[in-house]
Amino acid sequence: MMRLRELAHARTGDKGDISSIAVIAYDPGDFAFLAEHVTSAAVAAHFGATVRGPVERYELPGLGALNFVLHGALGGGVTRSLALDAHGKSLSSCLLEMELPDPQAPPAAP
Amino acid sequence: MKTVRIGSGAGYSGDRIEPAVELAEHGGISYLCFECLAERTIALAQQARLADPDAGYDPLLSARMQAVLPVSVPRGIRIITNMGAANPRAAAAETARIARRLGFGGLKIAAITGDDVLDIIAAAPWKLMERPDETTLALGDRIISANAYLGVEAIVQALAADADIVITGRVADPALFMAPLVHEFGWDMEDWDSLGRATVVGHLLECAGQITGGYFADPGYKDVADLARLGFPLAEVRADGSATITKVAGSGGAVSLRSCTEQLLYEVHDPARYYQPDVIADFSAVRLAGDGPDRVAISGGRGAARTGMLKVSIGYRDSFVGEGQISYAGAGALARARLGIEIVRERLLLTGVRTSELRCDVIGVDALHRGPGTGAMEPAEARIRVTGRTDSLAEAVRIGNEVETLYTNGPAGGGGASKSAREVIGVVSTLIPEAKVTPRVSYQVT
Repeated sequence: MMRLRELAHARTGDKGDISSIAVIAYDPGDFAFLAEHVTSAAVAAHFGATVRGPVERYELPGLGALNFVLHGALGGGVTRSLALDAHGKSLSSCLLEMELPDPQAPPAAP
Repeated sequence: MKTVRIGSGAGYSGDRIEPAVELAEHGGISYLCFECLAERTIALAQQARLADPDAGYDPLLSARMQAVLPVSVPRGIRIITNMGAANPRAAAAETARIARRLGFGGLKIAAITGDDVLDIIAAAPWKLMERPDETTLALGDRIISANAYLGVEAIVQALAADADIVITGRVADPALFMAPLVHEFGWDMEDWDSLGRATVVGHLLECAGQITGGYFADPGYKDVADLARLGFPLAEVRADGSATITKVAGSGGAVSLRSCTEQLLYEVHDPARYYQPDVIADFSAVRLAGDGPDRVAISGGRGAARTGMLKVSIGYRDSFVGEGQISYAGAGALARARLGIEIVRERLLLTGVRTSELRCDVIGVDALHRGPGTGAMEPAEARIRVTGRTDSLAEAVRIGNEVETLYTNGPAGGGGASKSAREVIGVVSTLIPEAKVTPRVSYQVT
């Protein structure tokens, strides 16, 4: 296993109660691998109860990037959230902790 | 080919002041734009204006103008900013006072108003974007401000009238940067692709240091040199809307493909539909290419016809929030922190403090993220944070008080207690037809 952080960097933005996280491959050649494993469902599962609404994903292969839109992720909205990090600025670093299969590892034996 | 150089002097209200001075002195720029107005700021500014008719503009406006005018005016650099907040005319008057004191006569200063649409919002129920089942009626008399995000029109008009400084209230952030491009290149306001490309430029510049290495550094993975002297960005924009992002040579930070990609997608939802008052910008085919040290070339932006609707931010009195914190250290710190939280929870019940929402965190363990692994390791120190939402300030104050009483009534070794209580001004949004909004420009000459 490896962490997403080894393959990608990320930045969080906020609008109301929606957090958006761009995940960008250090090496554009890893984009397909990231697109396969860093799915909307995987991101939703990673954040668990923190994100109350759906997670959408937009693909930008030309930039080697995936853009995630997390609804209901900011405690009711930046202006009224009780969270220490009301903007969710730190969510990008949390997402980079996601575990991925090692791309160098041979496929598991049948 | 004609190139327009635009600098970004601030990415938020409290941003550093001297990078703008550096841009004016050494950036070879013709325009210096300052984006200083966050979503909630204008609601707070509106309250300040109600208390004092001459107040309600950005608290750092005077300091920024005093620092920047001496280097921008002699070079003919024009300034565009939304530091007018809830009172652009008073901000223009203050700027004129500063210019006169500095000995700059004959400066033309424009104030853009018309974004205040409180009367329009109050006159009818408007559907809330965040709560599709509710309208503004649900907020009743708690609404304190309503400001529409204006486009470039009035700023372009002021530039065409030879304004040296343009001060706005609420406008779309990228519009501060798009307006000088529309003015310089004479693009038609239905030239959607050019407006889309201008949006890309504005979007990349509007957060200032976030594209030159700020909000980016991660030692060992993304190293950035000299962040204490971070240079703010400038764009060299060509008539086709393509641009190169760079910064003053020798300033701190770095402009890279990585920093530009992060900022391109910052706060974007669907990259193919980035809604602006003047255009729906499409970032999906944008290409970035290295163009030398600290230079990234941007191309491929597109646009589609604007919707004809303007987003309106509505500020309202939401609730009160109280908070208290206290720290524990050494062996068993986490257990004592958790005991402290349980004590405060029980005290709030025993003493009848009513909260509609209560949040209890251990800072350093689970305050920022509660996922797999958080709380599994024993920290060397642990700081609890209890925060709750109440209907009154008096009750909010009691939350912090209950945390503080852990000093003498709680677990062993609690230190460094702090507490606060405040009213929360919430912000919701709606859409109104652009025809209902009339931007206006007024001028004064020093």
